[in-house]
Amino acid sequence: MSFLQNDVPLSWYLLLSAALFALGIVGFLIKRNLITVFMSIELMLNAVNLSFVTFACQWNAVKGQIFVFFVMMVAAAEAAVGLAIIIAVFRARATLAADRIDLMKL
Amino acid sequence: MNAPLQLWLIPLLPFAGFLVNGILGRRLPKWLVTTVALLAPLAAFGAVLNAAATIYIHIVPRCAPCGPPNWGYISLPYIETCPLPWIDIGTLHINFSFVLDQLSLVMLLVVTGVGFLIHVYSVGYMGDDEGYARYFSYLNLFLFFMTLLVLAGNALVMFVGWEGVGLASYLLIGFWFQKTSAADAGKKAFIVNRIGDFGFLIGMFLLLANFGTLTFTEIAAKLAYPGWQGGVVTVIALCLLLGAAGKSAQLPLYIWLPDAMEGPTPVSALIHAATMVTAGVYMIARTHVLFDHSPFALSVVAIVGAATALFAATIGLVQNDIKRVLAYSTISQLGYMFLGCGVAAYSAAIFHLVTHAFFKALLFLAAGSVIHSIGGEQDLRKMGGLWKKLPVTFAVTTAGVLAIAGFPPFAGFFSKDAILYAAYLQGANGKALWFVGLVTALLTSFYMFRLWYLAFLGKPRGETAPHHSTPWSMLGPLTILALLSICGGWIGIERSAGWINMERFSGFLAPAVGARAAVGGSTQLELMLSAAAVAVALLGWLLAYLFYRQKSTLPAQLADALPGGYRLLANKYYVDEFYGATLVKPLLAISTYFLGWVVDKALLGGAAWLLGGVATFSGALLQRWQSGNIRSYAAWLAAGAAAVLLFLVVPWPAVLASLSAFHLGAAGH
Repeated sequence: MSFLQNDVPLSWYLLLSAALFALGIVGFLIKRNLITVFMSIELMLNAVNLSFVTFACQWNAVKGQIFVFFVMMVAAAEAAVGLAIIIAVFRARATLAADRIDLMKL
Repeated sequence: MNAPLQLWLIPLLPFAGFLVNGILGRRLPKWLVTTVALLAPLAAFGAVLNAAATIYIHIVPRCAPCGPPNWGYISLPYIETCPLPWIDIGTLHINFSFVLDQLSLVMLLVVTGVGFLIHVYSVGYMGDDEGYARYFSYLNLFLFFMTLLVLAGNALVMFVGWEGVGLASYLLIGFWFQKTSAADAGKKAFIVNRIGDFGFLIGMFLLLANFGTLTFTEIAAKLAYPGWQGGVVTVIALCLLLGAAGKSAQLPLYIWLPDAMEGPTPVSALIHAATMVTAGVYMIARTHVLFDHSPFALSVVAIVGAATALFAATIGLVQNDIKRVLAYSTISQLGYMFLGCGVAAYSAAIFHLVTHAFFKALLFLAAGSVIHSIGGEQDLRKMGGLWKKLPVTFAVTTAGVLAIAGFPPFAGFFSKDAILYAAYLQGANGKALWFVGLVTALLTSFYMFRLWYLAFLGKPRGETAPHHSTPWSMLGPLTILALLSICGGWIGIERSAGWINMERFSGFLAPAVGARAAVGGSTQLELMLSAAAVAVALLGWLLAYLFYRQKSTLPAQLADALPGGYRLLANKYYVDEFYGATLVKPLLAISTYFLGWVVDKALLGGAAWLLGGVATFSGALLQRWQSGNIRSYAAWLAAGAAAVLLFLVVPWPAVLASLSAFHLGAAGH
């Protein structure tokens, strides 16, 4: 059975997922602004989600779909907490540059 | 009856007193502390008396044809063993056992009886002290360990008691620990005793190695087989002698006893005169079978005893502290007991132990009464003329002095004569030992009457007006002990064949310590020796009278005429200084320089420094990795994940195989 009854092959989905994930990593590593870093993390999560649903569809298994729901739920919670932290950090230090937040450093 | 005697009660009753006063004493009212403190030794004394009565009053005549003995009959030695094994390791089986025989019965009566009297005395003497409850808890603890020592059925139980009385002695010498000298004296006593205990321990190990048991009766049974003579038995006996010399303050370990006088006076009377210091004599009597099998060890005991007796007596001649005179006198009398043991006259030694417990406790308590009533003054030169102010103390001291000097019919006469007689009959060396004993008797008589004259007679010197009246609790024990000092020796008298002899006590003890037939003895000889002893005692009195009553300038003149000799005696032969220079200083130097600097600082400190340095250094290196930069951590994380992915995704075996095939192929072509 062809994938999703159309001509887009499986590997394209996976390549897209990998590309998104790599973008997320790069963004996470090189960006200074905490919000951008945060968005990069979300991007990575969603890249993984994409591979989950792809495989779920491929194997006609529902587990992957369920996993995706879990990930989205966790991502939502994480977004709430993460944004709250970011706001608190900004209020305290008046900056969102990740390099400047180094209180734990010796 | 399974257990007609409850021996375990005897040590446990004082221990209960110790627990109550030791734990609750501070919060209890004083009268309750006193009651508990006095009840404990009284109950123990009662238990001992009960045991004695059970044995000697309910007793059925010992006649074999009458059939089995009745219920009241208890044959000595009576052994009581804890039903559970105490130490049970491999082939080593040691039970916690008590033994009651004539020897331990006599000793128990002295320990608990005199102990109780001294407890009563202490109520008056220590009445104002802040550590009242603490004092009595220690005193009860001492009685617990002492009775344990006496009742011990094997050497290990005895060792427990032995160490315990050492502990109690340490605690009580340093009772006024705020005083540096008292704390130091306690430590000195403890450390010097360690040397003796080392000998005791080695002796026990040798006993275990050679006999496989520590039980006294079993050792005696094994020694009864022929073939045990000298050799290892001598070594064991000498090790035990070292232990006894430590506890009983004999040469060369006597140095702690004079310093022990820093403790309260009743403690000096109980522990450092009447009971604990006699533990060495008791131990030798208890293990006498070993000594009997080693003539060499016995002669060493005799020589140590005689030397100590003479040595300490000469020091006692010139001491000015009333308690120190008595301390050296105690060492000297303990030397007498060792002399008695050394000539195998164990019963005479024990006899002297008993009478000495009476009169020396009396003398110490009387000295305490003097010190107490004149406000803590201990210097004989500042006393004088006290007989009018302290008539009872004067009277009882007189009894004690006459007893220790050996005048008939006072107690010391009988026991001292028994020892001298036994020494005289002991072969060729015996005459020399006897002579040393006689000279010691002369010196003893002299220094005791010196004390008597200086303290009680003559004109008062210095401010010696009594501050306190002496309470009944002090006078009562003094009176009882004075009566015992007068009559205590009579227990040795026995009527025989129209005349009397002195064999009753030794006959009583014979089942426990054996009796050696005196060779060449006769009543005439015994009477002659007694006469000689009394003569030298009289001579000593006369000399003391001459020196300290008639011409009181004479001592100073003599000291001026013989400055070297006087200084030698006054400085106690410089033994403390000698030990300080030859033992303490080198030990201190080794500890400071070798152990302290080389081992502690260089080796151990260096190793610790090295370990710490390595940790610090590697920590400093690793610290650089922790930049604190989140993105660098994330980069490491990503790199790690990439590495894991690389490892998992790439089919390494295939890659390697193709690589090597390529390599081989390249090489092949």
